Amino acid sequence: MSIHPIMAKLASKLQRTDMPVMKPGDSVRVHVKIKEGDKERVQAFEGTLIKKRNGAQASFTVRKISFGQGVERIFPLHSKVIDRVEVLRSNQVRRAKLFYLRALKGKSARLKEVEVAR
Amino acid sequence: MVSGILGKKVGMTQLFDEKGEVRPITVLQAGPCVITQKKTATRDGYESVQIGLVEFVKGSRVTKPMAGHFAKNNLPPVKFMREFPMVEPVAGESAESNGDGAKVGDKVLVDIFQNDKFVDISGTSKGRGFAGVVKRHKFGGGAASHGSMFQIPGSIGSSAFPSRVFKGMRMSGHMGVDKVTVRNLRIVGIDLDDNLLMVEGAVPGPKDGYVLISKAKKPPRERRGFAGAGTVDPLKAAKKAAQAAKKK
Repeated sequence: MSIHPIMAKLASKLQRTDMPVMKPGDSVRVHVKIKEGDKERVQAFEGTLIKKRNGAQASFTVRKISFGQGVERIFPLHSKVIDRVEVLRSNQVRRAKLFYLRALKGKSARLKEVEVAR
Repeated sequence: MVSGILGKKVGMTQLFDEKGEVRPITVLQAGPCVITQKKTATRDGYESVQIGLVEFVKGSRVTKPMAGHFAKNNLPPVKFMREFPMVEPVAGESAESNGDGAKVGDKVLVDIFQNDKFVDISGTSKGRGFAGVVKRHKFGGGAASHGSMFQIPGSIGSSAFPSRVFKGMRMSGHMGVDKVTVRNLRIVGIDLDDNLLMVEGAVPGPKDGYVLISKAKKPPRERRGFAGAGTVDPLKAAKKAAQAAKKK
């Protein structure tokens, strides 16, 4: 089904263009704006990108192991809450959704790095 | 001022509010509309206007009586027409935007909602065909296994007494294609250039379905000036301030 021209126009208006190119398997550091009272600070969430959703409602999921406990966070890609995203390294993966990483831990959950021209 | 406008559903998407939270929104093509007929208290017994949604309609596609109706005032052929009552203009507005100023052939645009926070939207819901009781009346249905019969209604009444089925017994049947009204949808954005209206939440009907957009009949807690969640309720704020003063 094609997108309605009005919706496409609206989507392009609301989109964030400052996001880097990310792929599933990439190690990323997401800088998130956190509001505490009147003050605003930036907190980083670092982990592996395991899922990406495209389109107007684009989002991505980052997984990390925190104190031996797996933590996943879903970020809306076009959200103002995200200050910026850094891609730290790219890894070799053979599928788009890396849910199999949830069952793995320690050495077996490692991914092999690939060189990507940036 | 005309109290409503005709439109078409374009589709749904999401927006981020000031807090950064995701809000579901529906984009509506609202107007442009044209006043096709005016009804007055002296002539018709009540005050209202008949408006039509201006869109591409082949002249040959309208019936001859309708063509005559449009030709009377040199109007473009329209397919979708509805009547809307007139409303009193907000104090401070000129008399021209008042009902007396509206003439046949005048345009009605989305800007009629510029001072409003909420709208009521009516549309024709999507057709579901002949639907069972689980879908149509939210029955619980049976167990999914153990040799059960899944989505059956069960008993529809007693036997010897009353020896009949009560009227209004909820059973399977045709569902959808009803007129459905959703009240108090918050206006998120108005685009005057493209005649777009964006509201928070879902709107009945399929994409490209015709909808009636009217000013909210009963906006939530209007007298307090409360605009719903996400804003400050003046009454609650006053109470809080009083409590804080007491503590001091």
